[in-house]
Amino acid sequence: MNGRVALVTGASRGIGREIALELASSGHIVAVNYSRSADAAAAVVNEIEAAGGSALAVQADVGDAEAVDSMVSRITEELGPIAVLVNNAGITRDGLLLRMSAEDFDAVIETNLRSVFLCSKAVLRAMMRAKWGRIITIGSVSGVYGNAGQANYSAAKAGLMGFSRSLAKEIGSRGITVNVVAPGFIVSDMTAELGDDAMESVAKQISLGRLGRPEEVASAVGYLASDDAGYITGHTLVIDGGMAL
Amino acid sequence: MDRAGIESKLTDILVDELGIDRDAVTMKAKFEEDLEVDSLGVVELLMALEDNFDVKIPDDEAQALVTVGDAVDIVEQKMNG
Repeated sequence: MNGRVALVTGASRGIGREIALELASSGHIVAVNYSRSADAAAAVVNEIEAAGGSALAVQADVGDAEAVDSMVSRITEELGPIAVLVNNAGITRDGLLLRMSAEDFDAVIETNLRSVFLCSKAVLRAMMRAKWGRIITIGSVSGVYGNAGQANYSAAKAGLMGFSRSLAKEIGSRGITVNVVAPGFIVSDMTAELGDDAMESVAKQISLGRLGRPEEVASAVGYLASDDAGYITGHTLVIDGGMAL
Repeated sequence: MDRAGIESKLTDILVDELGIDRDAVTMKAKFEEDLEVDSLGVVELLMALEDNFDVKIPDDEAQALVTVGDAVDIVEQKMNG
């Protein structure tokens, strides 16, 4: 049981939920951030506590600077300084660029990229003081290869890779690693919206012939958060079942 | 707060926040050369000064911060100015 405090943004559902459970199972005290799904976040906390772990649900819109600062203050007061940050919160507003509104572009950049800046900045000083820290951001194959209909989402996801590489260089001397995990098609509410036919044709492009499971992303995050991954920084780990091969 | 008070509080900050050996802290000690504080450490120090003394130190004035005595000067000037 390592007792480190981990903040997972967007942890009430999908991949974020699995990451919260994974980190709790390796002994982290987990702050389960959510934006609107209070019941789902409470269920994640209950599940962690039922398994003997500790967790706290914390509401915040991670694209809002004041909300992020007050969330981090509350976690620090109630649980202790944050040692592991997982930037997972994300939204999609898909559409071909010809039809994409500026509002849909901005909303995706704010929740998926600005949030990474705000949350990373808010936890950095505590990590520097501790001379240990892990910042892991959930990217996407969409940010690595591009995806028609996702210019906004791809831009945000590609942006956070550049952000992470720069930050890795800035703070490497303090024992803090900064990495990105970029999932491909993972079974989630987001992919469920695509429908069965679309999913079948997607599966044909994947070497392993199937979609990924949220826990297959979470286990990689768990590894990057551990002491064992102490020499990995500025890296993007693609978890896509061999989609790009 | 008088100058001696600032010196003493600043010394505590250097020891607690930046992990510098208390015996190495003199007013003439240079951050980068004598105390092995790197550029990122200077930024950490600025932020710690701003928090602990409730002052604002703009980046252009921070350039003048070479020795521990310089830091005391800046804080004293900001607190009284």
